[in-house]
Amino acid sequence: MSKKLLEIQNLRAGTEDKEILRGISLAIQPGEVHAIMGQNGSGKSTLAYVLAGKPGYEVFGGSVWMNGKDLLSMEPEERAGEGLFLAFQYPVEIPGLNMSTFLRHAVNEVRQYRGLDPLDAKNFLKLVREKVQELGLSSDFLKRAVNAGFSGGEKKKNEILQLLLLEPSLVILDETDSGLDLDALKQVTEHILRLKSPERSFLIITHYPKLLEYLKPDVVHVMDDGQILCSGGWEVVKDLEEHGFENIRQSVLNAP
Amino acid sequence: MENQLILEDYLKSDYKYGFETAIATETIPPGLNEDIIRLISHKKNEPEWMLEKRLKAFKIWQRMPEPDWAKLSIEPVDFQSLIYYAAPKAKPALQSLDELDPEIKATFDKLGISLEEQKVLAGVAVDAVVDSVSVATTYKKKLAELGIIFCSLSEAIREHPDLVRKYLGTVVPERDNFYACLNTAVFSDGSFVYIPKGVRCPIELSTYFRINTMNTGQFERTLIIADEGSYVSYLEGCTAPMRDENQLHAAVVELIALDHAEIKYSTIQNWYPGDKNGRGGIYNFVTKRGICKGPHSKISWTQVETGSAITWKYPSVILKGDHSVGEFYSVALTRNFQQADTGTKMIHLGANTRSVIISKGISAGNSQNTYRGLVKFSASARGARNFSQCDSMLLGSHCGAHTFPYIESNCPSAVVEHEATTSKISDDQLFYLRQRGLDMEKAVGLVVNGYCREVLQQLPMEFAVEAQKLLSISLEGSVG
Repeated sequence: MSKKLLEIQNLRAGTEDKEILRGISLAIQPGEVHAIMGQNGSGKSTLAYVLAGKPGYEVFGGSVWMNGKDLLSMEPEERAGEGLFLAFQYPVEIPGLNMSTFLRHAVNEVRQYRGLDPLDAKNFLKLVREKVQELGLSSDFLKRAVNAGFSGGEKKKNEILQLLLLEPSLVILDETDSGLDLDALKQVTEHILRLKSPERSFLIITHYPKLLEYLKPDVVHVMDDGQILCSGGWEVVKDLEEHGFENIRQSVLNAP
Repeated sequence: MENQLILEDYLKSDYKYGFETAIATETIPPGLNEDIIRLISHKKNEPEWMLEKRLKAFKIWQRMPEPDWAKLSIEPVDFQSLIYYAAPKAKPALQSLDELDPEIKATFDKLGISLEEQKVLAGVAVDAVVDSVSVATTYKKKLAELGIIFCSLSEAIREHPDLVRKYLGTVVPERDNFYACLNTAVFSDGSFVYIPKGVRCPIELSTYFRINTMNTGQFERTLIIADEGSYVSYLEGCTAPMRDENQLHAAVVELIALDHAEIKYSTIQNWYPGDKNGRGGIYNFVTKRGICKGPHSKISWTQVETGSAITWKYPSVILKGDHSVGEFYSVALTRNFQQADTGTKMIHLGANTRSVIISKGISAGNSQNTYRGLVKFSASARGARNFSQCDSMLLGSHCGAHTFPYIESNCPSAVVEHEATTSKISDDQLFYLRQRGLDMEKAVGLVVNGYCREVLQQLPMEFAVEAQKLLSISLEGSVG
């Protein structure tokens, strides 16, 4: 039996009294790339937020296990320590908070959670400068305030930079392709591709198939109205592209 | 919802610096009358003119009404129950720091401001004031070689009477306000700085004030004079021990910058703020004012205010010299039942004078945080300019933030720009940071420090680090 990285069982969740996720089940093995496709309002981003533990979302039923631990009972920062990383669709600006201060705190908190010694200032700077260069960002990027005045592309690259530094085992990409032109999309995707490894899994949330063409998911789930309509391989993406959501919905609903 | 609760829970922590030092203290009986003032003056071996100045102020003070215009609710102070003088028991003058009372030294160690460390690491000369009298002074020799005078005000009154007589009370006259007047009558001690012509003070001058005896009103008085073309950076930091009674702290600070001189005055104020329920805490009623007397002179106030039950202070600048510059950078953080009414006055008299005001208020718990500022242009202030930015941040929903920017212009060519914002600390910002592994406490600390950055970066390096820690500690709570 293979060891599951993430197992979602019949998850029902939403905001206050409104149930948005109506019984989601899926399992991700280490190294797998899963994609969730679905239209706006289908509950894709809610799933990402519930997994990351965003305050304001409530769980009504079901369970989520990560590395065999009860994910839903953990604080958001503990989930990050466990290796869950959410690349935000709209990374928030934090005026005045210097990028390098932020990154140093984040890296060392996560290291501490994982039982590693904190990086000293010198080693941290060496590491972070290397990654900044890798992403083709300028060196004064680290002196800027977190996401403040960043272009769309810079914001997404900043998410990737954090991903590189925090070395998560489960990466959730929430509409990482939104707001990027084709060139920027290609660049960002290339960086993500390089992050693929047998120990690292991805859950990619998108409603455009473009990103998936590069990332080649192992499993594709189609989400509709808080439920998974169907799951499958690359053929599901093709199917979606050719026939659209509505057709798939009809064919699933009419299936015997 | 849940986030809000955690946040509120966690802003209700207790004061971290609550302890009392058990050192022998000499006090005089409580109460205030002419005899007490004579006694204070006598104990300090003051010349006759100083006693007369005190008595004159006392006469004026007796006829003055207590002010009530600030947006503060204040329990009345019983001036007759206060003790107006307390000093650590007289000891022979200290030759070195080793002779310092071990108890006092331990106190500094607890605060993380051990004198040795400061001497070695930061190159800061420290004039430590414990209960109103200077007990340790360092770097005096080095400064003396440059002609810089840095001593207690009492010593200056005896050793440098001409300078003190010439300037004391010229920026804040005794009639100025109720508390300044009281201070003139009963001030215990404080610091005196004189920087001679053309001298750039090579180190940051620093004083730590402590209130240490039960029921002792603390009446510090500081006078700083920067002669032509000189420069000085002065740091003032305060913490006070935990106690239940309200304590009055009514200090006066006067700064005088002559032609082309510059004074940078930085404060970290962390007096005991009272407990979670608003009991106890210091009343901090301070008059701070500087005058840019000569052309091209500059005075810059930077303050980080996190303590006191009530803070009432407006570090101000009179811009008299043409082309002179006044600056005010402020962070005021209030929580639990703290009240702060603070801001500045920029009085533009000279031509082409410029002033900058950056104020960052942070309110949490049930606290009230008010910015009150006046920018005034007289008819002679041709081409004068002011830029004001007053931001308020609310943490939680039971606190208040208020902004009262007053502008008076009698000069058509003067330009004033004003910006004001009010924001709530955003759940999205906190979640973003927590998703990256930071706990709630650290997340709040980083967001608040970011918000205050424009002000904190005005502080000298080592002070800025201390201020950042203080802001985080002040927001620390019972979470986790």
